[in-house]
Formats: sequence, C-alpha cells, structure tokens
Amino acid sequence: MGLDITKIRDQFPVLHQEVNGKPLIYLDNAATTQKPKSVIEALSKYYQMDNSNIHRGAHTLADRATRHFEETREAVRTFINANESAEVIFTKGTTESINLVAATFGRKFVKKGDEIIISTLEHHSNIVPWQMLCEEKGALLKVIPINEAGEIIFEEFEKLLSSKTKIVSIVHASNALGTINPVKKVIQAAHNVGAKVLLDGAQSSTHLEIDVQELDCDFFAFSAHKLYGPTGLGVLYGKREVFESMPPYQGGGEMIREVTFEKTTYNDIPFKFEAGTPNIADVIAFKAALDFMNQIGKKEIKKHEDQLLQYAVEQLSQIKGFIPVGTAKEKVSVVSFNINAMHPYDVGVMLDANGIAVRTGHHCTQPLMKRLEIEGTVRASFSVYNSKSEIDKLAESVRRIARIKNK
Amino acid sequence: MSSIEEVQEEIVSEFEILGDDKESTIYYIMELGESLKNFPDRERVEENIIKGCQSKVWLIAEQKDGKIEFLADSNTDITKGLITLLLRVLNYRSPEEIINAKLNFVERIGMGNIIGSQRSNGFASMIKRIKLYAVAFQAKKNV
Repeated sequence: MGLDITKIRDQFPVLHQEVNGKPLIYLDNAATTQKPKSVIEALSKYYQMDNSNIHRGAHTLADRATRHFEETREAVRTFINANESAEVIFTKGTTESINLVAATFGRKFVKKGDEIIISTLEHHSNIVPWQMLCEEKGALLKVIPINEAGEIIFEEFEKLLSSKTKIVSIVHASNALGTINPVKKVIQAAHNVGAKVLLDGAQSSTHLEIDVQELDCDFFAFSAHKLYGPTGLGVLYGKREVFESMPPYQGGGEMIREVTFEKTTYNDIPFKFEAGTPNIADVIAFKAALDFMNQIGKKEIKKHEDQLLQYAVEQLSQIKGFIPVGTAKEKVSVVSFNINAMHPYDVGVMLDANGIAVRTGHHCTQPLMKRLEIEGTVRASFSVYNSKSEIDKLAESVRRIARIKNK
Repeated sequence: MSSIEEVQEEIVSEFEILGDDKESTIYYIMELGESLKNFPDRERVEENIIKGCQSKVWLIAEQKDGKIEFLADSNTDITKGLITLLLRVLNYRSPEEIINAKLNFVERIGMGNIIGSQRSNGFASMIKRIKLYAVAFQAKKNV
C-alpha cells in the first residue's frame, strides 16, 4: 500500500494555491520543505499560550516552555538515535553547526601542517569554514575527487588519509546531485587514522533513516527547515566525549556555571554550546515536524520519494535535449539536469511560468560545477507530498521548453 | 528616428497585446534576443561584465558621430531579450539624451513580475552602466 498523498497534502496549506495562474507544483524541497499545519499551529500556540524564557524560571509558563523545549531535544535524540539528549545541540542551521565545530574543535585540535578532508560534492557551507580554519592554523584542505556519475572515488580518499588528517567533513547526501556517499566506510577509514568525522546531513536527514551510533560519526549536522520544520533552526549532534573536549563556541548566558570577573566556569553539554536565549518557538514547533515524519515513517517516506525519483528520471530521460547531471547509483530524490543549449535560469523562469518551483544555478556548490564543467543545473527535488501527476506536469513543461532549442 | 518616449510607448503597447500570460511573454522576450547583434569574443572580458545573480551580461560602447553605439550580450536567452528592449530605447542616441532619459517602460510592462526581483536588480545595473557610459562620453566631449 502506498501513501495517501491527498491526505498528506491536505496538511500543507501552502500547496493549495495557484502561481502564475497554474496550480503550484513545489519541487524545490532540497532548498526547503513546506510546513504541515501542526508545525504552524505549534508555533502559534507557543506564542499565544506558553511564551516564556526557558530554564531557571520559577513560574508556570517558563516551566512549560522549558519542558516543551527539552521534549524536542529528546525527540531529536530519538530521531537520530543518539545515545543521550545532551549530545544534541540546537543551532541556527547546518551552516552554524559546521562553523561551530570548525571554531571550537578545529581551533583547539588542528595545528600547523595538519590536514582536513572534504569532498568535491560539498556545499559552500562545508568548504568555507574549513578554509578559514586552515588559513588561521596553516593547515591543509584536501579534496576527495569524484567520478563522472558524481560519486566520490573511495580509493582516492584512502590515499588522502594519514596521521596528519584531523577532520573529515563530508556531505551525507549531495544537495546538488543527490548522491548518497558511502559514509559508513568513510567514517571507519577516517577513524583508523585517528581523524574525527563530521557528516553534513542537511539533505540526508529528511530522506534517510539516521542512526548516529550505528554510523559512528563524531558529528552530524542538519537543519530543521528541510525536515518540514521552521527556518532558522539547526542541530549539531556530537559524541559526549568529543563535545566535552571542546571549548565553548560563544560566551553569554546559559553556557556558564559560574561567572566572576576573574574566571568563568562553563556549564555541561548541551548548554555549554547554547549561549543566549535560544530559538525557543522554533525548537518547540520542530517537534511537530518530527512527529509528522514519524507518523508516516521514514521507511515509507523514502519508498515514496524513491518511486518519484525513478519515475521522474524515466519521464525526463525521454525528452530530446535533456542532460542529466549526477547519475550516482545511490541517490536521494533529487534530479539535477540541463537542457541542451539553454541556460538553467531561463528554464527555471519558464517552469515558474507553469507554476512549477525548481531551483537553478550552482546550488552553492561552485567547485562541483567547475569540476563538472557546467555553470549550473536545474534541480527538481521531491518530497513526501509530491505526486506522480506533478512529475507528469514537470515532464510536459520540460518537453515544451526543450523544444525551443532542440527541434 | 523615434524619440525615447515614442519607443517606450511602442514597447508598452506590444506587451499589452501579449496580455497576462507569463509563459508567452517570456517566449516573446526570448525571441527578441535572437535579433541581438553579434558580440565580439575578444570583448568577453571581466571588465565588460555586469554581474547579475545568475546571468552574465557583457556591455561595451563606442561613440560615433556624437551618438553612442552599445553592443551587449548575455549567457541567458531571457536576459538577451531584455538587453534588446533596452538597446531599442537607448542605442544610437547622444550622451545628453541617454543621461536625461526617463525610463518608465520597465515598470509599465510589469518587468518585476515577469523576471523576478533578482533579475530586476541586474536590469537596473545594466541601465546604470549605460548611463555611466553616457556621462563619460559627455565629459570627454567637454574636455
């Protein structure tokens, strides 16, 4: 039995509108997913009923807000199967999660001449923080090459590993191409040389079942807004012993145990890394997003998205002038493509005229685009609320657009 | 030669005929771009680029008999069409005409809705660069 997509769509108010006189077909899910009513209502309910600053409040509202806030932390723990909820830190997003690791773990443990390994597939947010760190420390950034299909070449990765390797920071699933990296193998190999591993889970967390203990990664970073949750909220998972070895990220309230003008002692994890009043409302509403996913089940979601991906590739491949970009064997539901002799932006604007929302350009992966010798792609990415009939409409529009230059 | 105002009126009435259908408007703009004059490859250099968000525009200018001739190109077809419209209004005019030109066709045809706000910014940069060329040529004349 497949999922009842109509019923799922009913939970997403934003999907029920027309854009440019056509029913909206939202295929920009890798950029951000839409929000179910339960998330929107949780946000509204928090501000209407519970708004209060968390922790250390002696009153009922503060207690309620604190309880709900910590319930989300526990829900995230379950969602990624962390050992304990203290290993879950709330941040602004994947970008801040990665920056936090670079600025704390990196600053403390990376020395001159050390090496950090990333891959060609990385988003700018998993490149630039490491470049900044390398510049500061005199460390070296090494890049795992990819093959034509857009898969990392594992043997080349193994060659890059040495006792100098301090951090391997790699994307779990590529935002631009959809490639799922063999992260378990990567983690084992990195651990063999004593390096720590950060997984950029911005894309994978919404599509794949995540078990950080089974993966044995040291850090796992992701954003709530790509999992049907609010924007401006992210998660950083880290193993307790690794988190404890790291200095704090920012100084301020919440992260302290005791402050005197002579010396400050720091709070325990996770609070040590959560200086200042956190994004309380969005954290609380994020639980509704996780509940939404859990109710359907990650397995069912993936099955549906895999079917959509396969169907989209079948339909689009028949179109004259269609050029797929990224043909890895293991992919999440992302189809990146170009149309012969057309600029991706033009294709995007024309799809928008048909009510179809896609993303175009370099997808914040300029080095990857350079490696593939293209300026950018058109990217359609599918989510649990997308349907086959939407893909039919995508294919129909792409066919019409492609015909302009591919008669 | 029609005045800047007259050409703008022509463009506005052409777009009125197209109506509200966004898709046919975009097709029309792309078709317009096909008439753009060939841009010399040697001029596709960094200093001639006007950077937009996702598309590149190259623009050069030359003064001939007191008028400015602009040549431009882009890597995207929609932008080529937009350049064609802009040059239809401003090409082969004196620096004074360009400096004093009150461009209103962009808003009147609802360009923002057609091409989106990011591209509209790129379009504004193009107009700015054209006006800067006109100012430079006028200054040269007055030396």
